[in-house]
Amino acid sequence: MAVQDLETGTEFYEKVKETTGAPLRAEGVGMLQLNITGKCNLACRHCHVGAGPAGAEMPAATLGDCLEAAVRHPEITTIDITGGAPEMHPSLESFLDMASKLGRRLIVRSNLTILLEPAYARFVEIYARNKVEIAGSLPALSAGAGDRQRGNASFARSISAMRLLNAKGYGRAGSGLTLNLAHNPTGAFLPGPQGALEREYRRRLGADWGVEFNSLYCITNMPVGRYLAYLRESGNLEDYMAELAAAYNPEAAKKAMCRNLVSVGPDGALYDCDFNQALRLPMRGGGAISSFDPARLAGREIEVRNHCYGCTAGCGSGCQGASAA
Amino acid sequence: MADTYYEKADLADFPYIGEHAPEQGAKFFEYYGAATAAGSLSERDKSLIALAVALTQNCPYCIDSCTNKCLSLSVSHDEMMETAHVGAAMMAGVTLAHSTQMRKILKKKEM
Repeated sequence: MAVQDLETGTEFYEKVKETTGAPLRAEGVGMLQLNITGKCNLACRHCHVGAGPAGAEMPAATLGDCLEAAVRHPEITTIDITGGAPEMHPSLESFLDMASKLGRRLIVRSNLTILLEPAYARFVEIYARNKVEIAGSLPALSAGAGDRQRGNASFARSISAMRLLNAKGYGRAGSGLTLNLAHNPTGAFLPGPQGALEREYRRRLGADWGVEFNSLYCITNMPVGRYLAYLRESGNLEDYMAELAAAYNPEAAKKAMCRNLVSVGPDGALYDCDFNQALRLPMRGGGAISSFDPARLAGREIEVRNHCYGCTAGCGSGCQGASAA
Repeated sequence: MADTYYEKADLADFPYIGEHAPEQGAKFFEYYGAATAAGSLSERDKSLIALAVALTQNCPYCIDSCTNKCLSLSVSHDEMMETAHVGAAMMAGVTLAHSTQMRKILKKKEM
């Protein structure tokens, strides 16, 4: 099946053109997503960037360029920090202290477990004082499925980290501190409806573990990186790609996150999304964050391949969960 | 074409079962959607009921589809297996309950 051709296949490009009348194009740069490190205390089997103990790290000067871009361009309403485990970047604390003064929405994507490690436990306080919104990974509701994907004891450690965050006010009504959770399937299947899963997460996490959160983001696993390797090794690639393509939703394509996002790699290069970054597919005419020019990027054609079906299946999938629910 | 009655790829044909009778097909899908959507029962509860029916009716397409639906809704392996046992118990009960007919005939026919 041609849709399995993830390197040169043009099925997704043609599908978007046929169903929406035009290739996928950017609309703006509302979100600046910074991948500041490939280092991580976990080595999850679904990780599209292949994060682990030895990953590339964004130099402090480049992090400064990112902050400068946000200062100069108020149309960037959200600064979204990801990795790896962002906490492992030595300049994250100072970056957050400066970025929070800009009054933008500030998100850190945390694997939660790292907040239990003595060297990084201080980030609970750092996040709270800077009103950082936490998007915490919790792919499953049981240790069995969760630990198979993220490693031994990761589920129990995530629950412990949620307790620390709840005690600080995160996820509690009226605290002004937001803890959202990110769910992604623990195998070769698509996520269910976000509303149904959020109800189940709230019920089970409350009843079984006494922990709270604000919203659940359902994120489809992209056939990239370690997850692609898993699909190949387990003989699921053909079925998975067929399922993604069959579930293509033009409304999700119209609301795809890449239309309003700029992704910055550890080396400062610009990409249309974190997945393209993992695949080394740079943004057309993007260049580097040091010469960031939103006017030049507006209306650009998004660099697409067949992995993009992952963001347009069903209710869509993006960094904020279902995009067309 | 594979020389078997059931082909895995045929699951993808399900959206087209309205062919040759589109009006009835459309009504079926509308009904199917309404019956399986969350109501007084959650989508999750309904996915487990559907799984039990799929297993008891021995439908390979439905077993594939319903197992994936349960996975997508974070239904655990234990919950799915318990559902299979409910289906198995019901099928056993249905079989044994029908033995009443058999025993009635035995009583009537034998001297």
